[in-house]
Amino acid sequence: MSDEKYISIEGISRQFAAPGGGKTTVFKDLWFSIPRGEFACIIGHSGCGKTTVLNILSGLELPDEGVAIVADKAIEGPSLDRAVIFQSHALLPWRTVLGNVAYAVTSRWPKWGKAKVEEHARAFIEKVGLKGSELKKPSQLSGGMKQRVGIARALSIEPKMLLMDEPFSALDALTRGTLQDEVRRICVETGQTVFMITHDVDEAIYLADKIILMTNGPEALVAEIVENPLPKDRTREGMHKHPHYYAIRNHLIDFLVARAKSFKSEIPADYDPKRPPIVRPVASPQPVPPPNSANGTAAA
Amino acid sequence: MGASVGLRAGILSLAILLIFGAAWHIAVSSGASSGPAMDPEYAKLMGITATSGKSAMPGPLDILAKLGEHLKRPFYDNGPNDKGLGLQLLYSLGRVGLGYFLAVLVAVPVGFVIGMFPVIYKALDPFIQVLKPVSPLAWMPLALYTIKDSGKSAIFVIFICSLWPMLINTAFGVAAVRKEWINVARTLEVSQWRQALTVILPAAAPTILTGMRISIGIAWLVIVAAEMLVGGTGIGYFVWNEWNNLSIANVIVAILLIGLVGMALDLTLARIQRRVTFPE
Ligand SMILES: Nc1ncnc2c1ncn2[C@@H]1O[C@H](COP(=O)(O)OP(=O)(O)O)[C@@H](O)[C@H]1O
Ligand SMILES: [Mg+2]
Repeated sequence: MSDEKYISIEGISRQFAAPGGGKTTVFKDLWFSIPRGEFACIIGHSGCGKTTVLNILSGLELPDEGVAIVADKAIEGPSLDRAVIFQSHALLPWRTVLGNVAYAVTSRWPKWGKAKVEEHARAFIEKVGLKGSELKKPSQLSGGMKQRVGIARALSIEPKMLLMDEPFSALDALTRGTLQDEVRRICVETGQTVFMITHDVDEAIYLADKIILMTNGPEALVAEIVENPLPKDRTREGMHKHPHYYAIRNHLIDFLVARAKSFKSEIPADYDPKRPPIVRPVASPQPVPPPNSANGTAAA
Repeated sequence: MGASVGLRAGILSLAILLIFGAAWHIAVSSGASSGPAMDPEYAKLMGITATSGKSAMPGPLDILAKLGEHLKRPFYDNGPNDKGLGLQLLYSLGRVGLGYFLAVLVAVPVGFVIGMFPVIYKALDPFIQVLKPVSPLAWMPLALYTIKDSGKSAIFVIFICSLWPMLINTAFGVAAVRKEWINVARTLEVSQWRQALTVILPAAAPTILTGMRISIGIAWLVIVAAEMLVGGTGIGYFVWNEWNNLSIANVIVAILLIGLVGMALDLTLARIQRRVTFPE
């Protein structure tokens, strides 16, 4: 099996019935791949089709053309190998925290006894910092806690891949930061392969190894794929001091502000949808590096 | 000051009851003496013959005495026209229970299917819309003709009148289950059967129980009328029979008990409904 193309999106397109009759093509001939263990983010404006791509990866929807391949097999439906963390947390409100996680665990291992399921579920609830809230109902939890349960539920089935749809967008900045730290820690520790949708440029820079830029819809394209130039051991607090930080940040913001819209009208002559250009934004070399800079620029 | 709203409301309720009782008592006892003398022929026509001198309308104390009598021997059985009130209520509850139970057995699964498949929903909708507003008693002749048994016909009428609210609410509740909850189950590779039981049923349960609560209320309303028609046993038959016996006191006692039983049925379902309702 190819680790380099653990996930491979090959020429997918998706159409929906347009409100006035006829069809709109949300995106067409989309190609990208994600190696095993990589954290990929996709960025683009609302309505460009990010959630649709994620639904295709999860198997909840099928593409109208092309294939989505995971571990050399075309995706034909949902799989316990790919866990989804939903934007709206999607907890079952009539179940407790423990009940929600246990539901996933019994689905993953139907033969397990009740005690074993509960023990496994409790371990993951503890992992996301919710020990003590096992018997609460979702309505008794804050937004951040609900999302933690969603994360615990996804991780508890020990998936080969995590799919996240703007998992932190509904949270306040402080909670968002803490949860980003935790998700990053867990993903780095376990070498998870992740596909995440985000609106937040800083979130993408902090979490992603690779950022897929999608142009505006309809007929959205993958404009380019941005490699994160920051070191793997970056921290949320420290990363903005890194010399490449502004390079990648400006690149992403420039894309969202201007190029997401204009890209299609000025497609580069050598643009090939099968191989979107790969970019690695770095700081332009400085004439005189500050001699006693705290974190040496040479590190990158 | 200090007394809770509940306590104050309770005191007010009691006061209203006492005032009503007193007014009733005064009206009944004075009405007898002051009312203009009625032409005996006319009185005969009106069915108040036997009570000359005293108002035919019993006072609250008569009712209490009658109620006490019934409570002392609720389940006696002296043949077709003389049975204890408790026994009559049990006959009615039995019919309602059976007809309602059969309606649950049909309405919930069928409602589930209708709710899950929009095509079936659309296809059955015209039939439901036409049949739903038909008074359940209109089915009675048809039931008597086909079933040829008055007891079973009454149960059928209860079945029919309980069916629609449960069917419609189940279908609506099932169709309105949030897509994301279903998607959670789908991404966990939960089988269709288990999805129905573990996601759709609990999600739709509050709506289904709303329907069940409406149905039990309607069934209890309808059983009185149905038993008046089919006769024999039951609280409805009792009311009709006591009207023929001109025992207004018995009729009023029966009305009181019908109300209390109806309230108990509603409270029971309300309690179940509260148990399956989840805050979001
Ligand atoms: N089930 C659907 N039926 C019709 N149109 C849809 C459906 N799902 C998505 N769309 C349309 O497809 C486009 C992309 O949607 P989505 O993938 O949710 O975008 P994003 O997640 O990037 O905001 C939107 O214009 C949306 O209206
Ligand atoms: Mg979206």
